[in-house]
Amino acid sequence: MMRRFFSTILSMFITLAVFLPTMALAAGGGKVENVVIVADPRKVHGILAWWANLYNESHAYFTLLTVIIVPLVGVTFGLIADLVMASIGIDLKSRELAEH
Amino acid sequence: MDWLYITMPIAGVPIFWPGLIILGVGVGIIGGFFGMGGAWMVTPGLNILGFPMAFAIGTDIAHMAGKSLISTMRHGKFGNVDYKLGLIMLIGTVVGFEVGAQMVMWLERLGNVDKVVRWLYVFLLLFIAWMVFYDVVKRKRKEREAKLAGRELDKLATGIEWHKTLHKIHIPPMVHFKAAGIYCSMWLPVMVSFFTGWLAGILGIGGGLIRMPALVYLIGCPTHVAVGTDLFEVMISGLYGAATYTYKGRTELLAALIMLVGAAVGAQVGTVATKYIKGYGIRIAFGWAVIGCMASVVLKLIPSYVPSVKDICGTLATIVVLGVVSLLSLYIAIRMVQGARREIAAKKQQRMAMESHGA
Repeated sequence: MMRRFFSTILSMFITLAVFLPTMALAAGGGKVENVVIVADPRKVHGILAWWANLYNESHAYFTLLTVIIVPLVGVTFGLIADLVMASIGIDLKSRELAEH
Repeated sequence: MDWLYITMPIAGVPIFWPGLIILGVGVGIIGGFFGMGGAWMVTPGLNILGFPMAFAIGTDIAHMAGKSLISTMRHGKFGNVDYKLGLIMLIGTVVGFEVGAQMVMWLERLGNVDKVVRWLYVFLLLFIAWMVFYDVVKRKRKEREAKLAGRELDKLATGIEWHKTLHKIHIPPMVHFKAAGIYCSMWLPVMVSFFTGWLAGILGIGGGLIRMPALVYLIGCPTHVAVGTDLFEVMISGLYGAATYTYKGRTELLAALIMLVGAAVGAQVGTVATKYIKGYGIRIAFGWAVIGCMASVVLKLIPSYVPSVKDICGTLATIVVLGVVSLLSLYIAIRMVQGARREIAAKKQQRMAMESHGA
């Protein structure tokens, strides 16, 4: 019974991997037109200029860094906000309300 | 006042960065509270700030992924995320979305479906709003009847009880979703998520607005668990969406990170507010958010019949969306502050009582 259940789950995950690209549309709600955009690094300085250059040179590295930075920053900001909230004295680990 | 503007490295336009933070706070509060990505709120906001539309979707998704991660972490600690249910639903959502998207492409080949899709969206939102408020009225009626009979209504009682009928389906395998407190056929969440994914695919939306009520009314999740589980799904799809849109060169990471500063605070406020507001309070506020979204879609539909009012309707739609975001986030923030004050005061009293007992 359990083996059948897990094989069902596994086959569904394979389906998920095949169809996942469309989730990008689901999350965004629109199609992207095929227009080539080039960043102008002369308008910015320092790390921002480097970032603009990276965009022009390789979208793959640009994507890789974005995908790493976003969750990393999310977790960092989340933890900082946690510390601030906890210092106020709010219990952030349990919820007593048990209602529908 | 130049310091209030920052030049976006990719788009090359100066943007009023405090506006991005404020927008992040607003959508963070609403997203953490209702369990949705909120693309319908962010796009008009970015538009007002002068953000190029080519980057709006990608930037929104990138910030949404980070924001949902923060909210999911917090909801997870409260026990509001049913990971097993979320993963099973993700499968149905993806397959359903693919079928819906293919169907729209097929319909497009037959003729212009844009107007039909928008009307479908309006009717769907109208149905969700009706469902939410009908449920509230029905539960209040039950409360009154219980009071007249001299008893107290069960805390877990709901107005609409469609999920009870659906739980009678016993097609194996039967699964127990611990956090949601549900024992049902695995096919129920798969089919429900397939249906919501299919609708999202047809409408070209994220689907949080549909999935959250579906989790509550069709699967029978407690409201808080529905919010947390939906956010878990939004987080996964958001991360994938951020990768694909960035690869197409349509993400302005700097803007997304600035929005995340505000969203980190907003998401915490929205999520912690669910601790102090009863499930039905969340449902009522959600109903108003749906009405706001519906009003903006209707305003965008009017110019297709009366082209001369296009500009006015566009402005009105933006005002409606931003008004709804401001009012709802203000309401949630106030309720969160009130709840936190009560909790801190209660803790203080408890400590003082213990100290006096010790003395």
